[in-house]
Amino acid sequence: MRRVYLDHASATPVRKAVIEAMLPYFAEHFGNPSTIYDLGSTVLEAIDRQRAQVARLIGAEAKDIIFTSSGAEANNLAVKGAALARRNKGNHIIISAIEHHSVLNSGRFLERMDFEVSFLPVDEHGLVDPERLARSITSETILVSIMHANNEIGTIEPISDLSSICREKGIVFHTDAVATVGNMRVDVNELGVDLLSLSGVSLGAPKGVGALYFRDNLRLMPLIHGGIQEMGRRAGTENVPGIVGLGKAAELATEELPEKIKHVQQLRDLLRAGIHERIPHVKCTGHPDRRLPGHASFCIEAIEGEALLLMLNQEGIYANTGSACASKALKTSPVLVAIGIRPDLAQGSIVFTVDGTNTGEEIAYVLEKFPLVVEQLRSLSPVWRKIVAA
Amino acid sequence: MKFVKDHPADATLDLVCRLCPLHLLEPGERLKCLKKNQVLEVLTDYDGALEDLPAWCERCGQEFIGIEEDEECYKLYIRKIK
Repeated sequence: MRRVYLDHASATPVRKAVIEAMLPYFAEHFGNPSTIYDLGSTVLEAIDRQRAQVARLIGAEAKDIIFTSSGAEANNLAVKGAALARRNKGNHIIISAIEHHSVLNSGRFLERMDFEVSFLPVDEHGLVDPERLARSITSETILVSIMHANNEIGTIEPISDLSSICREKGIVFHTDAVATVGNMRVDVNELGVDLLSLSGVSLGAPKGVGALYFRDNLRLMPLIHGGIQEMGRRAGTENVPGIVGLGKAAELATEELPEKIKHVQQLRDLLRAGIHERIPHVKCTGHPDRRLPGHASFCIEAIEGEALLLMLNQEGIYANTGSACASKALKTSPVLVAIGIRPDLAQGSIVFTVDGTNTGEEIAYVLEKFPLVVEQLRSLSPVWRKIVAA
Repeated sequence: MKFVKDHPADATLDLVCRLCPLHLLEPGERLKCLKKNQVLEVLTDYDGALEDLPAWCERCGQEFIGIEEDEECYKLYIRKIK
């Protein structure tokens, strides 16, 4: 059966060049990077070369990159680490209502530690209003965390406008850029951020590796206490093959990004237009223009997203209902609730994320099968019968 | 233990929130960038540094000037001798 994978926000296949770069670091270059003999020091040098590659992809300096086990760990280190390191300066944190769970739940954890956390609402497209952010800031505010783009609805936030408000007031600004790094141009200086999280998952690197950018020796309370790894900011023997994979994927992404953006944007537009033409009662979620190049998200009336995924799976089409980790919970997406989608409509959420490896032929296949699957599911739906009767 | 107040410094090394034994690894690297007789200020929140850094200075032939404690962290001052 044909397989069309359109869930690149959840995971991307590890590229051949990335696997080849990683292989020597399993057996040949197995030394512990913290040792002082050459078997270890050559591995440490390799880690530092990857640090430079990751830094280059986001316009940063190598010294400002910490490797982590995932984007979620990078988000945890940014939010908890920055808040705990600044506790003597204030106890108020602002995060947007549509953050990934790794940011939202870090905020809730800090609430239990007597921090005050404001969850900033967004508009119907998922945009954070800079004026609203400015009004939410108090003399106690020490940290603001707003994602670069949302993985469920694709909306790109006005990060440089938001960060400049914080910079003027000396407030640390973090952005979760897991959805954007490798998918669109990301430059930490243009964005004006102090902290930025990224993950290998969306870059064609292996799972189990991510990174956090931190500006100018910013103080961060470590989450993992131990030795000297990552300049004493994140202990634990490094995941060397994973880091090498992330470095190689970052190198490839830096070279290929402009072409990739053009390609995925064309396919995304094809998919969006095709779905609108072929399926009635569909709502596009997220911002119509300020959105990730390869991201198309919809709510399909009178359909359960999970049923849709399973039926598409039978046709060899892979998509998602929202974030990969939340889709199993069968709970209405907090992101869709935050942008004001009715709970029943939110049940019919579906997200397609396109990558450079996808083709026009694959999109045509989805446009052939997807309307049939929707029609089949709607034929069983009493809700749909009511809509048609109305 | 020698205490100082508002001691001037030519460079600052911020090791607040950084894990042990960074306080014994980074000062040596940072001193390489200073000239003889220049002073390095080391900021740390690690109590162990109060004993470790004077001993490290003695072992490495650098002068440990003293310590100042403020609300956030300890400030330790080292003069580069060699």
